[in-house]
Amino acid sequence: MSNAVEIYELEKTYEGGTRALKGIELAIAEGDFFALLGPNGAGKSTTIGILCSLVNKTRGTVRVFGHDLDRDRAWVKSQIGVVPQEFNFNQFEPVEEVVINQGGFYGMTRKAAKKRAHELLKQLGLYDKREGMARALSGGMKRRLMIARALVHGPRMLILDEPTAGVDIELRRGMWDFLTQINKQGTTIILTTHYLEEAEALCRNIAIINEGRIVEHTSMRHLLGKLSQETFVLYSRDPVQSLPEMPVQGSRLIDDETIEVDLTRGQELTGVFDVLRGHGIVIERMKNKTNRLEELFLRLVQDDDAAINAEEPS
Amino acid sequence: MSIRSQSDAFDHQGPGEKAVGLTPRGAWNAFIMLLSREVLRFGRIWVQTVLPPMIMTALYFVVFGHLIGPRIGTIDGVPYIQYLVPGLILMSVITQSYANSVSSFFGAKFARHVEELLVSPMPSWLIIVGYVAGGVARGLTVGGAVTLVALLFAELSVHSVLNLFGVALMTSILFALGGLINAVYATHFDHISIVPTFVLTPLTYLGGVFYSINMLSDFWQQASLYNPILYIINGFRYAMLGISDVPVWSTYAILAVGIVLAYLYVLRLFRKGIGMRG
Repeated sequence: MSNAVEIYELEKTYEGGTRALKGIELAIAEGDFFALLGPNGAGKSTTIGILCSLVNKTRGTVRVFGHDLDRDRAWVKSQIGVVPQEFNFNQFEPVEEVVINQGGFYGMTRKAAKKRAHELLKQLGLYDKREGMARALSGGMKRRLMIARALVHGPRMLILDEPTAGVDIELRRGMWDFLTQINKQGTTIILTTHYLEEAEALCRNIAIINEGRIVEHTSMRHLLGKLSQETFVLYSRDPVQSLPEMPVQGSRLIDDETIEVDLTRGQELTGVFDVLRGHGIVIERMKNKTNRLEELFLRLVQDDDAAINAEEPS
Repeated sequence: MSIRSQSDAFDHQGPGEKAVGLTPRGAWNAFIMLLSREVLRFGRIWVQTVLPPMIMTALYFVVFGHLIGPRIGTIDGVPYIQYLVPGLILMSVITQSYANSVSSFFGAKFARHVEELLVSPMPSWLIIVGYVAGGVARGLTVGGAVTLVALLFAELSVHSVLNLFGVALMTSILFALGGLINAVYATHFDHISIVPTFVLTPLTYLGGVFYSINMLSDFWQQASLYNPILYIINGFRYAMLGISDVPVWSTYAILAVGIVLAYLYVLRLFRKGIGMRG
C-alpha cells in the first residue's frame, strides 16, 4: 500500500528561536488510522500545521499521496480535510453556511456543497440546527460542525487535532463510531489526542513525539506488546478472608472484595481463576487497572527526557 | 453515503505528475463563494455599513451645500453644491472599500476562520481577488447609495460614463487592496482604524473634495500635487462635471500604478504567510 504521508528531516524553528521540530521522519500508510501522541508542546500541532499549510516549515520534505507539498501545495490541500483544536469558523454565520462556504473554497458549486453539507449535518446530528447561528451551538456540536466542514469536499485524508476535547463521553463514543466508519470507507485519518484510550480504541498505528523528535513509530499492537506488566482488579462475589498463593508476579487483597494481580508477559489470567475457584472465590467482574497506553506513553516520554538530559552538558 | 468524493473541482493527477489544486471552474466557484460571503457579511450589517455614509453625506449637503454653499457661489462655473457631489461620492467609495477589506480580513484573522481559506486549495491571488471584489462591492454599493442621497439635494450630471465607472472601479480596487495590506499587518483592533483616521481621512479632505486647488496659495497648490487622492477625486469630478484641476491621464496613471504595486505587495505577503501562518 502506498503512503498517504511521508515526512523527511522536518524541522521547524519559530521566530524567537524555539525549535518545535528537530528533524522528524514519519510515514503514514494510505487508509491508516494513525495516532500522533505527545505531551503539550511536543510538536504535534506544528507537524499538523505544516501538513495543512498553516505553518511554514524551516527545512525538510513533506509528501502527501506522493506529491511534494512545496511543489504541489494546492493539490495537496485539496486532498486534506482539517479539524483543528480551536473553533475556527465564523461564529456569526448560520451552521449550514459554515459547511457550504468551505465546500465553495474547495471549488464546489453552491448547489453541490449544500447537498453534501445537508448529508453530513444529518449524519452528525446537526441538521435541525442548520439554520441557526454557529455561535449558538454547544461545544460538542461545534466540534461536530468542524468535522462536517472538514469532510464537505470528500478529502482522502482527514486530520483531527484533539477532536474530542471537551466532548462528553456519549458524544465522544458517537464520534468514534463516525470516524471509524469513514476510515473503513478509505479515508486516511491522522489523530492527535490527549485521551490515550481514544488512540488505543481507534488507531492501528502510532507515533509518539517528544520535544520535537519522534521517540516511537510503530503499530499499536506492537507498542502495547512492549508492556512487561499489567495490573488487573478482580471483584469477588463474596468477602475474601485471605488470598491463596497465585501463579503471577504479585497479588494483594485491597479490601475484602477486591483483589489486585500483576501479570508479566507470558502469564495468563486463567491460572489465577483456577486457583481462586479452587479456594471457593468466585470473581463477578474485573477490569484493567491502568490505561495501558498511558503507562507506555509516560515511560517512553520519560526515557526520552532522561536521554536528552544525559546528552546536555552540565 | 460515501464520505469520499471525486469532485471535478480538483485536478486528479497521479504521483510524480505536476498537479494543480483547483480547475478553472473550481477556482470560479471558490471566487463566487468568497465574494458572496463578503457581500452577505456587509449586507447583514447594512445599518453599520451602508446607512452611516448615507446620513453623513446628507449632512454634508445640508451644511456645506445648503447653508454655506450659497455664500461660496460657483467653482469653475459649477454651483458649489453640485461641485461637492463627485468628491463626496468618491470619498464614500474610498473609505468603504478600505473598511470592508480591513475589517473583514482582520476579523477573519482574529476569529481564526481565515484558516478556512488557508487550508483550502485557493491560491493566494484568488483569495486576494475575492476580498478585493468584496471591498469593491461594498464601495460601489455605498457609492450608489450616496449618489441617491445626492439626488435629493443637487442636480447630477454625467460628463463621461466610461470615466465615471472606470475611476470608481479602479479607486475601489486600489483601496480594497490597501485595506487588505492593513489587515495583514494588524494585530489589534486599534490597528485597523489608524490608517483610515490618520492617513486616509486627512488626505481625502485635503484632496479637493470641498475645494479646487486653484483656490489655494502657490505653496499649497504645489503641496497638494503630492497627494494622490487629489488626482483620483479630480478624475471622478471630470467624469461627472467635465472639470478637473489635473489631467485625467494622471488619474489613471496614479490608479494603475497604485493597483499594480499594492497587488504585488499583498501577493508577496500572502505567499509568505505574513500575519497568517506560523
